[in-house]
Amino acid sequence: MRKIYSMASTTTDPEMTVPQSGTLSVSVWRGGASGHYETFEVPARTNQTVLDVATWIQRNADPTLSYRFACRVGMCGSCAMMVNGRPRWTCRTHVSKVTDGGRLELGPLANLPVVKDLTADMTRFFEKWQAADGTFVPTKTRHDPIEQLSPDDPARVSANEAIECINCAVCFAACDTVRWNENYLGPAALNRAWTLINDVRDGGDAERLAAVAADGGCHACHSHQSCEQHCPKGLNPTASIAGLKRRSVRAYLRGEL
Amino acid sequence: MWELRLYVAQRRTAMLMVPLILGHLAVIFYATGSELSASDILARTRGSIGWAAFYGAFVILAAVHGAIGVRTVLREWSPLEGRILDVIMVAFGAVLIALGARAVVAVVA
Repeated sequence: MRKIYSMASTTTDPEMTVPQSGTLSVSVWRGGASGHYETFEVPARTNQTVLDVATWIQRNADPTLSYRFACRVGMCGSCAMMVNGRPRWTCRTHVSKVTDGGRLELGPLANLPVVKDLTADMTRFFEKWQAADGTFVPTKTRHDPIEQLSPDDPARVSANEAIECINCAVCFAACDTVRWNENYLGPAALNRAWTLINDVRDGGDAERLAAVAADGGCHACHSHQSCEQHCPKGLNPTASIAGLKRRSVRAYLRGEL
Repeated sequence: MWELRLYVAQRRTAMLMVPLILGHLAVIFYATGSELSASDILARTRGSIGWAAFYGAFVILAAVHGAIGVRTVLREWSPLEGRILDVIMVAFGAVLIALGARAVVAVVA
């Protein structure tokens, strides 16, 4: 079915109800790993995100389209997809900035198994977080006074620079080393480990350093910096991984690893 | 921590090779700039413990460094994994050392 509808019935935003001229030709991945791309003609709008396009297709052209989203404001990290070959957070990606001559290609995130259509299986991504010891290890009880943290402390500055990760897996999909080495923990998990290693309240550094220095850990990173290039939050996981490399090599040379 | 050991070994060999590479380049520029013939060069290198040590160390460091790199390439670009990677790494390094030693011997012996 390729029928073109107005979006007026699905929104109350005045600007969005004004019909714009032209359509987008949107190729969407359908099915599982052995699926195919299906093309939909979607009305072009002045203000239109890639997630809007996926939503329009599901509501107006094919209700069986599977995709994932929640907050729609760039906080939850659930709507990432491949857009014209690049991983992006679709809720904050304007079509006008990524369209290729009115053409869009939407696919499930790379480097992850496909569940169906635009929905990737995130299990492997979150298992890496656990493998990198990405869980906070408390050192105090509820009876201790609250830890005083200075925002100017160098360790805290390092942690803060990396802390805003929303787990969207865009970096995981963009990473060459993830594609080449299935044991590699990936940028997000290592970035998370770096924030915890710089958190003075955390008590799991020794185990965490051993976890990120094992096979597939931080030393597998080639510093291609695709994670930094694609991170929608503007984080630099490559720098975090470089920090882990320095920290783990220092521990190794001291005989602590 | 095997991967970490290899990582450190590759960085250490890289650091040690930096002055050797600069020395090697200086030798090349000197030899070509002075238009030294092969016999001129051999006259300077034959029987020299210094040149034997210089290029002998270069060969060993390059072999270790390159073999670890080849292991990484195979790990990422081939279906190989596990122990076979280490076997290939050691074999490749041994070949490099043998070829390099042969060249060093030809120049200094």
